[in-house]
Amino acid sequence: MLDAKIPSGNLDDKWVDYKGHCKLVNPANKRKMEVIIVGTGLAGASAAASMAELGYKVKAFCFQDSPRRAHSIAAQGGINAAKNYQNDGDSIFRLFYDTIKGGDYRSREANVHRLAEVSTNIIDQCVAQGVPFAREYGGLLSNRSFGGTQVQRTFYAAGQTGQQLLIGAYQALERQVALGNVTMHTRHEMLDIVKIDGKAKGIIARNLITGELEKHFGHAVLICSGGYGNVYYLSTNAMGSNVTAAWKAHKQGAYFANPCFTQIHPTCIPVSGDHQSKLTLMSESLRNDGRIWVPKNLGETRKANDIPEADRDYFLERRYPAFGNLVPRDVASRAAKERCDANYGVGTSKQAVYLDYAAAIERYGKIEVSKQGLSNVSSEQIIALGKEVVKEKYGNLFNMYAKITGENPYEVPMRIYPAVHYTMGGLWVDYELQTTVPGLYALGESNFSDHGANRLGASALMQGLADGYFVAPYTVGNNLADEIYNAAIPTTHPAFEEATKKVADRIASLKNINGKQSAESFHKRLGKIIWNECGMSRTAAGLKQAILDLQALKKEFWSDLRIPGEINEYNPELDKANRVADFIELGELMCVDALTREESCGGHFREEYQTPEGEALRDDENFMFVSAWENKGEHEWELHKEALKYEVIKPSQRNYK
Amino acid sequence: MSQNTMNLKVKVWRQRNAKAQGAFVTYDVAGISDEMSFLEMMDILNERLITEGGDPVAFDHDCREGICGMCSMYINGKPHGPWQANTTCQLHMRAFKDGETIVIEPWRANSFPIVKDLTVDRSAFDRIIQAGGYISVNTGNAIDGNSLPIEKQKADDAFAAAMCIGCGACVAACKNSSAMLFLSAKVSHLALLPQGAPERKSRVLKMVAQMDKEGFGSCTNTGACEATCPKEISIANIARLNNEYLGASLSAQ
Repeated sequence: MLDAKIPSGNLDDKWVDYKGHCKLVNPANKRKMEVIIVGTGLAGASAAASMAELGYKVKAFCFQDSPRRAHSIAAQGGINAAKNYQNDGDSIFRLFYDTIKGGDYRSREANVHRLAEVSTNIIDQCVAQGVPFAREYGGLLSNRSFGGTQVQRTFYAAGQTGQQLLIGAYQALERQVALGNVTMHTRHEMLDIVKIDGKAKGIIARNLITGELEKHFGHAVLICSGGYGNVYYLSTNAMGSNVTAAWKAHKQGAYFANPCFTQIHPTCIPVSGDHQSKLTLMSESLRNDGRIWVPKNLGETRKANDIPEADRDYFLERRYPAFGNLVPRDVASRAAKERCDANYGVGTSKQAVYLDYAAAIERYGKIEVSKQGLSNVSSEQIIALGKEVVKEKYGNLFNMYAKITGENPYEVPMRIYPAVHYTMGGLWVDYELQTTVPGLYALGESNFSDHGANRLGASALMQGLADGYFVAPYTVGNNLADEIYNAAIPTTHPAFEEATKKVADRIASLKNINGKQSAESFHKRLGKIIWNECGMSRTAAGLKQAILDLQALKKEFWSDLRIPGEINEYNPELDKANRVADFIELGELMCVDALTREESCGGHFREEYQTPEGEALRDDENFMFVSAWENKGEHEWELHKEALKYEVIKPSQRNYK
Repeated sequence: MSQNTMNLKVKVWRQRNAKAQGAFVTYDVAGISDEMSFLEMMDILNERLITEGGDPVAFDHDCREGICGMCSMYINGKPHGPWQANTTCQLHMRAFKDGETIVIEPWRANSFPIVKDLTVDRSAFDRIIQAGGYISVNTGNAIDGNSLPIEKQKADDAFAAAMCIGCGACVAACKNSSAMLFLSAKVSHLALLPQGAPERKSRVLKMVAQMDKEGFGSCTNTGACEATCPKEISIANIARLNNEYLGASLSAQ
């Protein structure tokens, strides 16, 4: 059994006690300590800025041309915080409870409670940085609701909350760059962890412009490289999002936890053809006002607007009256899939459901009429007024939909379908966010810690910033306090030379395959296998076949890949090949994990384990644990378990009815 | 939705690296669906080049949903192509006609040197932010978010300026390669908010100085930047910047 080093004491007191008793590093010593941060999204940028403010010497790395590009920027809907500004009964406990329940009782109580505690500090910090959150006319912060909760605790900036939060963290980071406390390495990719005496002491990074391999020493290494959703090829992730940094850490001894816990987001623009390179999310906030439906009759041929109310099936409202369209993501996605599998889907592909704003437009129109004191208003005027309100709330999302599909969502219902969006699994970390390799940490989406088997909306931004601003500065410091006796190790140390040679050899062997197929084409095939067998629903037989298929794909990749260009130059195809090679290996582990977990929970739905109503059927007696996988060589992993002990919350079957 | 397919030519700027001589090369791309995004059309071209043993066209892109600011092509004489308020990654092939020749160039500005083909180096923007594009508040110093009410209009205006994605289209569109719209968006975002007040004067002076140091050109108010900005950042921000700069310069002396 793995020990997560959770502090003793009452749940409410654990984090306070930890902070009160953790070891500190004095300012003179901080100046001598070097911290490496890989990735500059919300977790990485906030950690880099905060650690640098404390006085550590920080080196930050990102593969993009600027830290501001990290994919946190694309988060749309919002960020949760237990501020209870709405006086609607919110509290730290309730945010904690919703997150644990939303995660289908597969996350760690102590971590989630800490997350809920620091959530309020995040909002304050971001406001102080000048993040322009939405405000009410009185000048105070505005909130909206999100899936899986019954309170309004989501702070937002139109449909661009991630952008605004990331720019806030990015500016804090650039301030530290200007002060000389952070050295920023853009267009660099981490390709290995360097371990000395069993501890992480640095990284090998490739300069993506010159192809040169660089050695960097650090007293601690923080992986903040995001999730691995792109293993599916088609996902809402950015094209460059990858698992490589986390996978290299895994290969160096960091356990990988719950890789099969992946989130399929219910509201994305459907696939239009084989050319598709990525999928676009339509924010969950749209489920606040939009109603999701399919035709009631099989073989319906009428256009959406011509189908009368009586012939529409608002299946989420029907199945889950208490939460309606705001059920958690995993539940909403499966319900949409169920309807489409039963041939009620819409659009040319029949792999879509409607997200309809007609009712909301009318409702808002009527509110405007009474707000403005108008009388004798025609229904056209009401609709026009309603459209204005919807435009202000969701305009950028509606525009995006129109650009991609060529349809006007103000006039016809949007067509949506679930798509891969987030990965709850990731590097296993203890309470201090330290992996099983001492000195190596994982923050944000790259770790597994807070979301269990399903993440609630508006919680990813919260976790990324919680880890970076408010958790890692304490926990990393607690361990660095023991490192003050160890001077920086020069990168001429044999461990650095050896690691560099290993990376160079791997790149050369990839390049020297000289086969016929592009990295992209392998990636597409990988994605199809994983989506079909380890996507929204999984079976033992399918997973076993997928493992064989992936092993075969790996063989083919390593014998028929073609990388154009040279190693020592700007070569995006080489970068991609490196990432796809790691994704193929991860894909296999995902299937191994999914096969082992003989229950359904959250985003992991095994067809063999469901209730008569088709809901996920957990097996708490046998699977109330975190699966942490240790790499043992090619196609081999050993399972370690971390028991999940619920001391405060009593797990029950999730009920949103 | 019915898909139409078309056959096109793309005339692309190819340049091996920053120092090499570049040239246009024309390629045929066949069987392009009008439902594809522009970058998916480029993917198809690149896939073909790779399988034929050629060198794929390098271009920056990441989120492909119009928000990261990484994509940066100059298409038929316009940054991000023909659509209004749009990024290259959100441009769809519906915008083009069968048989058309599409001309694709990198951002053209001395301050954005070419890395390869259509990829340019925009690190000058990061350095402008480093010069003062932030509020100096360390983690942990914040007061309660609601203890500082901010007029809704001001918050909305600050947000409208903060929507800048740092893509550099404004520079590419400007005949002088001026970075004034980018800079003014950041200065406005922070100057409009009370949190930004303490550093308001030093910020604008330092950021303008850095912009000049990076070699961006002067602003002559032609408005090409505003017309091309994918996030419709208003040129009114430049007026505000000039105001801020003048005020700060006078009081600094």
